[in-house]
Amino acid sequence: MMEITLQHYLVLSTILFAIGLIGVMRRKNLLLLFFATEILLNAVNIAFAAISSYYGDLTGQMFAFFIIAVAASEVAVGLGLLVLWYKRTGKIDLDAMTSMRG
Amino acid sequence: MEAIAFYLFAVLTTVMFLITVLTNHALYALSALAAGMIFISAFFFLLGADFLGAIQIIVYTGAVMALYAFGMMFFDTTRDVVESRTSPQIIFGLSGLAALTVVAMFTAPIISENITALYPAIDGVGNSQMVGMVLFTKFLIPFEVAAVMLLVAMIAGIVLAGKKMDHSLTLMKEEEIERETNEKAQV
Repeated sequence: MMEITLQHYLVLSTILFAIGLIGVMRRKNLLLLFFATEILLNAVNIAFAAISSYYGDLTGQMFAFFIIAVAASEVAVGLGLLVLWYKRTGKIDLDAMTSMRG
Repeated sequence: MEAIAFYLFAVLTTVMFLITVLTNHALYALSALAAGMIFISAFFFLLGADFLGAIQIIVYTGAVMALYAFGMMFFDTTRDVVESRTSPQIIFGLSGLAALTVVAMFTAPIISENITALYPAIDGVGNSQMVGMVLFTKFLIPFEVAAVMLLVAMIAGIVLAGKKMDHSLTLMKEEEIERETNEKAQV
């Protein structure tokens, strides 16, 4: 079997990031849009961990930790806002959220 | 052995995330996303980042997915999600951005051949111990800022979603609930 190199992990990370981008482009439901952003953050985490491992440096893992912390707080605030919006309007569609008309 | 594990989990993660992105059912998306998060932690274990893998399972599948699952109780999730088409300009722009990201990711390690480790791994020290040593010396201020940020997020979540929390249906008597539903029906 061939050896797994850094490029393998970067390719995988890119594929997952592209999947997340497809989700962001495709989704109109805000809850499923949040799921797509979680995929984006996880794809980047894989790249950070792989680079950290192959260069023998811990900075990448540190960044991955802070990304996880940011993702957790993003979910808490975002879901709170989403629940509030659903209580007011009864729908969580992105297209229905056009209250700001310029 | 490592190659088999890598390809197995790569295929599993990709399939799970594709299901998350492409399904029209919110519950399938949630389950597939939780499974994908667990499979991603396998990569962290393969890469020797044991602590990060454990954190991935605890925070993502334990906390974030549970939060989403409880949040979905507020929404109507049994109904299929209808997606409307976006404008082609946006899709074109975002596809270009994705292609640019790919190019940047592949060129970044190539142009930095003479890279040196800022906080090199120490022999004979476990990953968790090493993470602790770096986190509490070099990254102490970001760590504290992240802690404050999580506290702010918690308070924001309570303030935003916790309106009328004193109005508890479990503590009310049957007649009170019935009267209230009747009043709502009249309105």
